[in-house]
Amino acid sequence: MSIRTEQMTLNMGPQHPSTHGVFRLVLTIEGETIKHAEPVIGYLHRGSEKLAEGLLYTQFIPYTDRLDYLNAMTNNYIYCAGVEELLEWEIPERAEYLRVLVMELNRIASHLVWWGTFMLDLGALSPFLYAFRDRDLILDRLNEISGARMTFNYVRIGGVKWDAPDGWIERVKETVKEVRENIKEYDTLVTGNEIFQARTIGVGKISQKEAINWGLSGPIARGSGIRFDLRKEEPYSIYDRFDFDIPTFQEGDVYARYKTRIAEMHESLKIIEQACEQIPEGEIIHKKGKRIMMIKPPAGEVYKRCEASKGEIGVYIVSNGKTQPYRVKLRRPSFVNVQILQELLIDEPIANLVAIFGSLDVVLGEVDA
Amino acid sequence: MDLVFMIIYAVCLMLLLLGAVTYAILFERKVIGYMQIRIGPNRHGPWGMLQTIADVSKLLMKEDVIPKAADRPIFILAPVIAFVPSFAIYATISWSENIYAADLNIGVLYFIGISSITTLGVVMGGWASNNKYSLMGAMRSVAQVISYEIPLVLSIVGVVILAGSLNFREIVFYQESIGLWLIIPQFLGFIVYMIAAIAELNRSPFDLPEAESELVSGYHTEYSGFRYAFFMLAEYTYAIAISALATTLFLGGWLGPAFLPGVVWFLLKMCVFMFIWFWLRATLPRARVDHLMGFGWKVLIPLALLNIVITSIIKVWMG
Repeated sequence: MSIRTEQMTLNMGPQHPSTHGVFRLVLTIEGETIKHAEPVIGYLHRGSEKLAEGLLYTQFIPYTDRLDYLNAMTNNYIYCAGVEELLEWEIPERAEYLRVLVMELNRIASHLVWWGTFMLDLGALSPFLYAFRDRDLILDRLNEISGARMTFNYVRIGGVKWDAPDGWIERVKETVKEVRENIKEYDTLVTGNEIFQARTIGVGKISQKEAINWGLSGPIARGSGIRFDLRKEEPYSIYDRFDFDIPTFQEGDVYARYKTRIAEMHESLKIIEQACEQIPEGEIIHKKGKRIMMIKPPAGEVYKRCEASKGEIGVYIVSNGKTQPYRVKLRRPSFVNVQILQELLIDEPIANLVAIFGSLDVVLGEVDA
Repeated sequence: MDLVFMIIYAVCLMLLLLGAVTYAILFERKVIGYMQIRIGPNRHGPWGMLQTIADVSKLLMKEDVIPKAADRPIFILAPVIAFVPSFAIYATISWSENIYAADLNIGVLYFIGISSITTLGVVMGGWASNNKYSLMGAMRSVAQVISYEIPLVLSIVGVVILAGSLNFREIVFYQESIGLWLIIPQFLGFIVYMIAAIAELNRSPFDLPEAESELVSGYHTEYSGFRYAFFMLAEYTYAIAISALATTLFLGGWLGPAFLPGVVWFLLKMCVFMFIWFWLRATLPRARVDHLMGFGWKVLIPLALLNIVITSIIKVWMG
């Protein structure tokens, strides 16, 4: 005798607690096993790329803050760096160091949010608060230099907006020490936990080939054994002056991605320490950078990319010699990375869904742009 | 006369229990708060003493929402069915040598039998809500509670074999007579009991039926206001009952040095158990549903059976 069973359609999101924003998944499930998953995006679409065409070059910088709002500094930077390449400006040394400092601080803050929310998805309540304690240390530093906690609008075309306030570099050094100790604590609290390992090891495997075929980048690709980090492969800004490693793990499962991100935080701390030692005195912005009507790149086009906390972020700018860009195209890492989800989820139980989706570290502001 | 006594006892116990649940929730929030480097509730009254009262009064003032698609009578009945058995089991608990309601000679059996009915409330709530998340939460709950009821009962059998009685008072008297809390000779049984009890209570790390990140909030997704408060009340009442059972069986009930009355010792020991459950909640991530089942059937049940065999051999050998 066989029991008649039926597949059930389950709408997960856009208001579900673990979809981190307005992501919707239409799941077809058999019992608790997922047979088909269809991501639905666009709930946060603001038309950022189109908006750029109506704005001065400088006016678009705050819009990049709102793509991946957890990693706004890198978004600011890559857009400005693209425009600077069109302009062929020399950027003052001190400005480059400040940019690296804030970008790496922001990368750690972004990974900390990921760590906290990922653990929350797995049902552990406390890590979230520990992560936010440390993130606040970093946000305090970023607040001191830029005046904002999340949407910084700090990096400008030709340099940065503000110089570091008195004693800021010293405070950053202290923060680095404190955060390093706290991140070590995470390993003792979570990484070795048996329940945690049982839920993550071997779950949501992405092979090296799949990662390349789907165009994955960032910690996800590095968790699948692809040793690729734009900071090393194609050093932009002044990343060639620092000594750091690219943490890479071969397994390609959720646990490998977890370890990659934890290790990456340590590497970022190393970069910040070195930058604090090396930072010179001097100008912080190109002399023409403050006069925004003067920013008129010559006609032409440029594609500039860099390593954000979620992966490779790229900006393609076409200029026709006016004060506004002709076209801006953004390559958003979360948008690319989230696409593998529909393939990864097939034949997985629902309990794995949150672990897999959480491990991709997707920010919806960036998916929908 | 007996009936009057019973009614008075039940009413008093009910009132005390409401107070106990109120402060158990506060205790939980404070403990977890300090473990998460924050302070916990501190706005309402000193140390947030009135926080739960404020929460409950808010819940009571809420509009009574019953979804249109819900199965109305069952939806209304479910929280009651969940609560009544978890309160009924208090009848057999003996708080000290003299404070108890019913001196049943099958106390353990009664406790286990009645407490299983709580699940029925969960299933009814999940089914009647006509919500997919609720249904899945209810299904998980049934699977989990049935799987973990078995090791829970088996772990108690060891105690029963040693004490030679199903009566809670006699079990405590037995511990008094050998001058040893049964946690020591029954350590394996105690461990199995603790793990199974957590699963039975749907508490973290086995809180799958209400796994927030997966199932929104499981079987009570559609419940709000007073009915939701009732489910919470049932949950905490049951948690306190399970701690009371553990105290009686493994920690010698009301036994303790004479400078404090027995009932205080009993309550203190219960607090230890409650604390352990809050501690686990602050520490551990949630287990996965298939791991949970595997662990229950492949590890806990064999361990509990082993414990029974060892206990029986010792019992026979010692005479």
